[in-house]
Amino acid sequence: MSTILKVENATMQFGGVVAVDNLNLEVNEGEIVALIGPNGAGKTTAFNVITGVYQPTNGAVYFQGERIVENHPQGKLKKLYKGEHAGEYTHVLAPTPDHITKLGMARTFQNIRLWKSQTVFDNVLIAMHCRTHANFLAASFRFNRKEEREQRDRVAGLLETVGLYDVRNELATSLPYGKQRRLEIARALATAPRLLLLDEPAAGMNPQETQELTAFIGEIRDSFHMTVFLIEHHMDLVMDISDRIYVLDFGKLIAQGTPEEIQNNKRVIDAYLGVAEDA
Amino acid sequence: MIGTQQSRKNSLTSLILVAVMLAAVVVLDQVIKPTDSMSMLLKVLQKGSIYALAAVSMNLLNGFTGLFSLGHAGFMLIGAYTYAIFTIPSEARDVVYQYYDAAIRISFPEVLGNALGPVGTLVGVVLAVIAAGLAAAVIAWLIGLPVLRLKSDYLAIATLGFAEVVRAVFQWGKLGPVTNGSNPLKSFVRINAFQLKLGGTTISLTTFVPVLLATVCIAFIVLLVNSTYGRSFKAIRDDEVAAEAMGINLARHKMLSFCVSSFFAGVAGAGMAMVLGIAQASNFKSAMTYEILLMVVLGGIGSISGSCIGAMLFIAASEWWLRGLDSGVFLGINAPGIFRNGFRLVVFSVIIMIVVLFFRKGIMGDRELPDLLKKRPGKGAAGK
Amino acid sequence: MDLMNTVLPYLLSGVSVGGQYALIAIGYTMVYGILRLINFAHGDVFMVAGLMMVYLSASMPLYLAAPLMVIFTVLLGFVIERVAYKPLRTAPRMSVMISAIGVSYLLQNLALYITGGLNKNYPAIPWISDQITVFGAPTKRVTLITPFLTVALVIVLVWLINHTKVGMAMRAVSRDFETAQLMGIRINNVISITFVIGSFLAAVGSMLYFSNYPGVVPTSGGMPGLKAFVAAVFGGIGSIPGAVVGAFIIGICENIIKGLDIILKSVGVLREPLELATFSDAFTFVLLIVILVFKPTGLFGEKTTDKV
Repeated sequence: MSTILKVENATMQFGGVVAVDNLNLEVNEGEIVALIGPNGAGKTTAFNVITGVYQPTNGAVYFQGERIVENHPQGKLKKLYKGEHAGEYTHVLAPTPDHITKLGMARTFQNIRLWKSQTVFDNVLIAMHCRTHANFLAASFRFNRKEEREQRDRVAGLLETVGLYDVRNELATSLPYGKQRRLEIARALATAPRLLLLDEPAAGMNPQETQELTAFIGEIRDSFHMTVFLIEHHMDLVMDISDRIYVLDFGKLIAQGTPEEIQNNKRVIDAYLGVAEDA
Repeated sequence: MIGTQQSRKNSLTSLILVAVMLAAVVVLDQVIKPTDSMSMLLKVLQKGSIYALAAVSMNLLNGFTGLFSLGHAGFMLIGAYTYAIFTIPSEARDVVYQYYDAAIRISFPEVLGNALGPVGTLVGVVLAVIAAGLAAAVIAWLIGLPVLRLKSDYLAIATLGFAEVVRAVFQWGKLGPVTNGSNPLKSFVRINAFQLKLGGTTISLTTFVPVLLATVCIAFIVLLVNSTYGRSFKAIRDDEVAAEAMGINLARHKMLSFCVSSFFAGVAGAGMAMVLGIAQASNFKSAMTYEILLMVVLGGIGSISGSCIGAMLFIAASEWWLRGLDSGVFLGINAPGIFRNGFRLVVFSVIIMIVVLFFRKGIMGDRELPDLLKKRPGKGAAGK
Repeated sequence: MDLMNTVLPYLLSGVSVGGQYALIAIGYTMVYGILRLINFAHGDVFMVAGLMMVYLSASMPLYLAAPLMVIFTVLLGFVIERVAYKPLRTAPRMSVMISAIGVSYLLQNLALYITGGLNKNYPAIPWISDQITVFGAPTKRVTLITPFLTVALVIVLVWLINHTKVGMAMRAVSRDFETAQLMGIRINNVISITFVIGSFLAAVGSMLYFSNYPGVVPTSGGMPGLKAFVAAVFGGIGSIPGAVVGAFIIGICENIIKGLDIILKSVGVLREPLELATFSDAFTFVLLIVILVFKPTGLFGEKTTDKV
């Protein structure tokens, strides 16, 4: 099993605040890996670093063995930088999120970000644009009919898989919450990724919906041969489907391991699970 | 597979409708005499179609890509001048450039006309129009590099400022040999030059030419908007962050939209020069941009047919229907004290304000004409 | 010596125009700070103030006309906000901006209708319109007064904002609109007061500005308005001192460019005029684009980040 994603010594510092502190993690091909931690632990920031939304203050990200992101403290942060491994990274590699998506990594958002004025069908179709070969003139004059037809067929297939084919002509925002989350996943899949990053896919779902989603994520991995890396608060879901779990607290990795190991980890229980269960 | 059959049928219907409309324009051109009271209709069609093109090209940027740019007058100016400079015939050149030594001494229609006859003249005009669009697009590319990174209102003010810079540059005395300084360019090929001689009869194409020009360009924009690129523009408008995360290169797509929009703004500028017979930098003030923006708003931001309707209504109302408000008698009411010069525009701007405040979606919202004619399965229930 | 004599008149009028821009720019920057709206109509309010002065002074003595003009201008600013911006408070920003452009269009057309498009001579205001000589350069007294008056007004304004309850509310609203509302600040009052202050300063500015120019036309507000806005952006939009500094820089640069041909010629750099004066307006916008690209937050602006 080869490593598909590797985050190496990544630190993200906003002014004096260290949101992610020297994060190291690996995701292997075909795995479902979860990143958990209390609110404000820096999970979404970690996702944003991986997907190119933020440039890390220090550290690097590897995808399929290739170094895709790298940075070292610069400017004002040179003095402010409190993390470790300073000076180890010398290059600056800062691709935009679209570039990283084209490499084969797709994500969903914690606060659903569907294209509001578009239909369900078009939301998924637009996500295939990044794999379009036709230039804008060819596309305008419809020289890409074949490609477009293939894309439309694939969208229909994807929508069938996620169970949204019947509502394909509805506006995306008119869907109930749970279906919008599914649509976000379908949209991410449309970019033909090898690694899928899900940012709290079950947020706001009731237990039954969560259970369905759990099964759905498993299906995705199996039917698309996908690797899944997810942030989640629903512990049932995480413990159910994850092969491995990373635990983040105050930006630092405090534990990693299989669901059983994490459930029995004293530090995790102190920092996170204990508190969560009491609440 | 999905929807293609439907869309093919739709595009065939639209094609037929457009052909009928163009034919009607040719007929009107022959039937209505310049002395008729209805001759205003032709004027409105000529000017309105050019403004429609300008409005649609602005809508591509503001309505479909969500980039609030106010530089339209600048790009139209570049287009108008490029067209004018390359179509002034050599015998008129020295009269036009009376204070300067004209630097560009080539007229596309003349050169090609001499070589190929009337067809060459036509090709020359088309080339000059394309050159007008390209000039605007190239400048747009240059200005877009720094400016398109800016956020909404900063972009608006930067492009507005850019248009002012362009106007100043074109009026600069030192560029006189090219732009004729602050003096107008004239004597170039106008729309009334287009005629078709069939046997003994002459068919005037004065109105047909600008309408055709606008139709062809707008048709292209429609095709672009409905292509995979157009869909990506809308995605950028709806949610930039999501668009980027789904692999849409923001910089490239914004630039594409900006350049295409500017290209057609340049073509519209050329068209305006053709219709008015004059190209002068001082006409392309920011007020022109505002007017075009108001046409877009009137028709509905995000609707191409809306922009066309908005532009036609705007021109018809301001140049024709409300004319009485300026000249003493309106709807049979004779009140020269109130209905004097300028009242038309006051009434007009009040109407615009009412639309902006109370009918924010404009005439069409973000729908297109065909949407009104057919029921949309499911989409109507989505509660728009 | 020679150079000083050539440059001085331009410098003087630059400082003066800068002060007038500053008074308009404050209106822009305050409104933007609170509503995140470029009030495109502000320049036209300034023009209308000029026109009102023309018409009022024709039928009453100046000491009545001037205060009345100020009151009417303030009322106009207030009404514009209530009618054209308040209904759109929850609408997308683009709609509000379009509404502002619509108001600008309406005011200009109204002015065109009333004046018939003719140039209206601005009344000579005694004392401030008098001719005086500064270091051998003839000018009007208003040129000298403007910068001092501007700075004095700005000091008062900054004091108001920092030391009164209303000022505190304004700062709160400009920092976080929603939270301020939750904390019981009457948003609409704060916004109205902002427009009132902005219009008041525009009215004062118009008195100073038009005293220096032959008259008022419906388009008189456009250019000064735009430039004042650029000044506000240049200084860092939302920052009052920034707007003032920006306005002075722009006013001075613009007037130096107006005289650049003559100045360069007197130094011996140029043999013949380059007609650079054409670019006095354009320069402002080049400056704008440059500042937006290199320091989008302006000289004194605060940095903001988007949350994903």
